[in-house]
This record gives sequence, structure tokens and C-alpha cells, in this order.
Amino acid sequence: MKLTKEQVQHIARLARLKLTTEEEERYAGQLTEILNYVEVLKELDTKGVPETSQVTGLSNVTREDEARGVLATADELLGCSGLPKVNHQIRIKRIL
Amino acid sequence: MDLNWLSIAEAHLGLKEKKFSSEDLVDACLAQIKKGEYLNNFLTVTEDLARARAREVDAKIAGGKEIGTLEGIPAGIKDLFNTKGVRTTCASKMLENFVPPYESTATRLLKEAGMVLLGKTNLDEFACGASTENSAFGPSLNPWNKEFVAGGSSGGSASAVAAGQSFFSLGTDTGGSIRQPASLCGCVGMKVTYGRVSRFGVTAMASSWDTVGPLARTVEDIALLMNTIAGPDPYDSTTPLVEVPDYAANLAKGVKGLRIGVPKEYFAEGVEDEVRESVMAAVKEYEKLGAIVKEVSLPMTKYGVAVYYVTMPTELSTNLARFDGVRFGHQAEGVEDLTEYYKTSRGEGFGSEIKRRIMVGTFVSSAGYADAYYKHAQRVRTLIIQDFAAVFKEVDVLMAPVSPTPAFKVGEKANNPLAMYLADALTIPPSAAGVPALSLPCGFTSSGLPVGLQIIGPMWSESLILQTAAAYEQVSGLWEKRPIIGG
Repeated sequence: MKLTKEQVQHIARLARLKLTTEEEERYAGQLTEILNYVEVLKELDTKGVPETSQVTGLSNVTREDEARGVLATADELLGCSGLPKVNHQIRIKRIL
Repeated sequence: MDLNWLSIAEAHLGLKEKKFSSEDLVDACLAQIKKGEYLNNFLTVTEDLARARAREVDAKIAGGKEIGTLEGIPAGIKDLFNTKGVRTTCASKMLENFVPPYESTATRLLKEAGMVLLGKTNLDEFACGASTENSAFGPSLNPWNKEFVAGGSSGGSASAVAAGQSFFSLGTDTGGSIRQPASLCGCVGMKVTYGRVSRFGVTAMASSWDTVGPLARTVEDIALLMNTIAGPDPYDSTTPLVEVPDYAANLAKGVKGLRIGVPKEYFAEGVEDEVRESVMAAVKEYEKLGAIVKEVSLPMTKYGVAVYYVTMPTELSTNLARFDGVRFGHQAEGVEDLTEYYKTSRGEGFGSEIKRRIMVGTFVSSAGYADAYYKHAQRVRTLIIQDFAAVFKEVDVLMAPVSPTPAFKVGEKANNPLAMYLADALTIPPSAAGVPALSLPCGFTSSGLPVGLQIIGPMWSESLILQTAAAYEQVSGLWEKRPIIGG
């Protein structure tokens, strides 16, 4: 398979990444190379083999719904953003 | 005495016997960091904090109080671990000025045990790479020869430990990021069983693969660190309630009767002769020590890298979606539309390998491709797990090279992503299966670069791996070899 520049632009749009024209061209080639390499997996018939997404078999780990100690205050977390704050909220850019 | 070259165990004894102070240890490390500044192992040095903390420990010792094994021992930590109040960059322009408001569990445990934080060590950006050349702040170099890479992604950690700048370090290993740099720099590095050490407060890369583990100069030191950091954490739901043994308890027990498997696929084409010979010489030594060696087969080995480069980028692209320039990280200037703001902040903040992986991950998990790529790879991952399960019915541990080659030259693979990915060909399969593995120095090439032996065990067998490693370390005496820094 060979990725076109249009496909690269589509993927970049999905990933919310602004790429330069030079990057689009470079990634088209490199992504093609990587995708061709992983084609090796097609040698294997995996019909009936379960998918592994977690190796220790844990699932749905829950705990009692009670408050724990505070690791960082809301204001400390807000302080990580350089955007303007209004009423303890981050003011973001225009949506519409 | 070169204080900075002591093992943790030796330094602890010296502190207790008041032969030197914790501040002396800090001074020795800081002097070595300065001497080896060209190695570029530290992104941040917290000199004042380290001195203040060391003095507290020294006051405690002067007051006649007992101290713990790690108390007063200086260390630099991979800059992927959140350290409250200390800049944490992930070696990315995205987080160049990020100061986390909370502490990772692993560093909290070390600090509570008395570690003196020296600073934060270099890595490939967001732990993506095998050479630290992807760091936004320049590569870390190999302490044995500065023309060669330190390996990665925990390259700053491995180089700092091997160069006598830090008594130990914490790294992360997703597909080889602790073992490979430990092998290339000549120190000990442990990739733990998936879930053995909490990842809370460590920036995520590929969540079903990521592990946290220690790097140090001796096997005993690794055991002491494991005793501090291993175990379930209520803040990380992937840490199972599996008993934590005393990892230092069996170090002197030897390997008599131990069944060692040598997987033939790990010595195949692409593995350099000197690496193969060095590893096999170590295996021979184990035979002399009473172990039983047999050849085994892990036929799925050749699919490891492909499974990794489908599933890891998928998870990575999801995890790194949180970097949108809003809550933290790089902020684009002069963009008014929100979507454009996201795109520009990310486009400017991420380096080229990160963007490449986000693109791969986004593609293989996108509509129409997810079944053919992502789900298929997850099924092959199951086959890799079955491979290891079958072989561990026949043998207790596996021995193999860590890396197919010793350290390569800076720049050699920088423009060839696929060649760089293959550097992890022998460390990825154990990661896919979630099993623990350790890199142990086992020799040097004719040009003086270290070679590492990989010891792989079944799930939760860290104790047996450490026992096995300690037996060879004792006869090889390799940990006493030191690179010449500076000069």
C-alpha cells in the first residue's frame, strides 16, 4: 500500500496536527514504509485467536466512591495552563 | 575514594558508619555531572534541593537515628516522571516549561524512602526512540565513547548511572526503553512484569505496554529499589494485588539446577557476531555454575516489531490527544479558531518522531483499517504470549542478547525510522507478553562498547531473574569496570 499526500492530510486532520508541506511529503513516504513493514503480520492466520488488550487479566477495577486526600488543588491544576482564567475556568479560543 | 562510584549498598553502609555524609555523595555526583556535561544526561539539575535534602539526612544520622537503605542516596530520574515543583519536560518542546503540581507514585515512594533527587534525566521525546536523538534538548551520549548513542528512550538515565553521575535512576520500558540503553551503556536495567510498579504520574505512551523500572550499577541495587517501588497502587488500577517478595532475599542462592532456555530466534540474522559471542560466553559461564542450558524456540519473535508498531502508535495517539494546548503544554500564538489552535499547538509542540507515531496510530485505528491492522495485531500479540507460556513450561528463564548491536554512532539511524525501530527487535516480544526481563552487562566489543545479556522470566518472576543475574555478576566482575569521563 502507498499513502498519498491527500491521505496524509486526512490523517493529520483526524489527529489535529498541523503539518508543513515538507512534513506531508516526508510522512507519506515514511508511513508507507512502516505500513509495508507491518504487512508481515498478514502471514499469520489469526482466526479464532482472542485479542489481547491487557496482559494481566484485570478488568473493571473499581473502588468505593469516597473522597481521598487531595494530590493537587483545582487552582494548582488551573495554574498549569497559560490561557486566561475566568471564574476558575480556562477561557478557550472561539469555537464557532 | 570515588564516592560517586559506590553501589547503593556500599554508600548506605558508609553513611551509617559516618565515613562520609549524604552531602558528600551529592557533591561527588554534581562534580561528575559537571565533568560529563558533554554527555547531556541531565535536563534539570536540582542542586539546591539536593543539598537541602542531603543535609536533613545528615542531621538525622548525626542525631543517632537509624536510616533506610535509600536514605541520603542521590539519583536523577527520567524526565517523564512528574516531580512536584520540579520542571518535567518529557524531553518535549510541548512541556518545556511544565511544572507538575503532583508527584508520581514511584518517585513519591523513593522520596519517602529518603532518596535525594539530583535532577531529571534526558530521554527520547515522550519516551519514543532508541537513541535519545529524539530529545528536543539534544541527544545523550555514550559514556564509553561520545561518538556513540546512549540508547533510549531512557538514555540519559542509563548514561548517567554508567558514568557515575547518579547512583541509580528510574526509567520506563514500553518496548525496550530501560533494557536497551542499559545494555548500550553498561549498567543493569530491569523491565518489570506489566503492572508490578505503579505508573501513576508518569506520562503515558502505550498504556497496555508501559512499565516503570529501575536502572543501577549492581543487581543488588536493583533489588533494593524494587523493594521500594513494587506493589499495588490505588491510583493505578493496572497494578494487581500480587504479593511483593523481598527481592534481595535470594541473591546469593546461585543457579544450580536452573533451567536456562536459549531461544534460537534471538541469535538469528541481524545480531552482530560480537554480541552473539559475548552473550553465549555468559551462557557458558552459567553452565559452569551448575545451570542446565537448552536451546528453545519462540517462533513468533519475528512478528514482535510489527505488532508493536501497530498497537503502540494507536495507544500513543490516543494518550497524546490530551496535549491540546489548553490545560497544559505549548500554546500557539495568534490563532483564534479553536480547532486551528489545537492543530497549531500540537504541530509546533511535538517533534517529528511523535508526529510520525501519532499519524501511524491514527491511520491504523481509523475507520476501515482498524480490523485489518489493530485488531489483527492484538490477536498476534496473543500468539506471542502463548509462545512464552509454552517455553516457560520447559525452562525457568530465557537468555538472549538485549540489542542486536552494540551502541551505534550518533546520526547513523536518525533519518531511517524503520532501522531505529528494529533496534528493539529482541526487547519487544517480552514486552508484548508482559513478562519481566533484565539487562545485565556481559562483556565488551573489541572497540570497547558494552554488551548486555537479557534474562527473561515468566510473569512475576523478578526475584528469580535477580537471583540469576547476581550469580553471573559475581563471577564476571564487570560492574567494577568504569568509563573515563571527561579528560
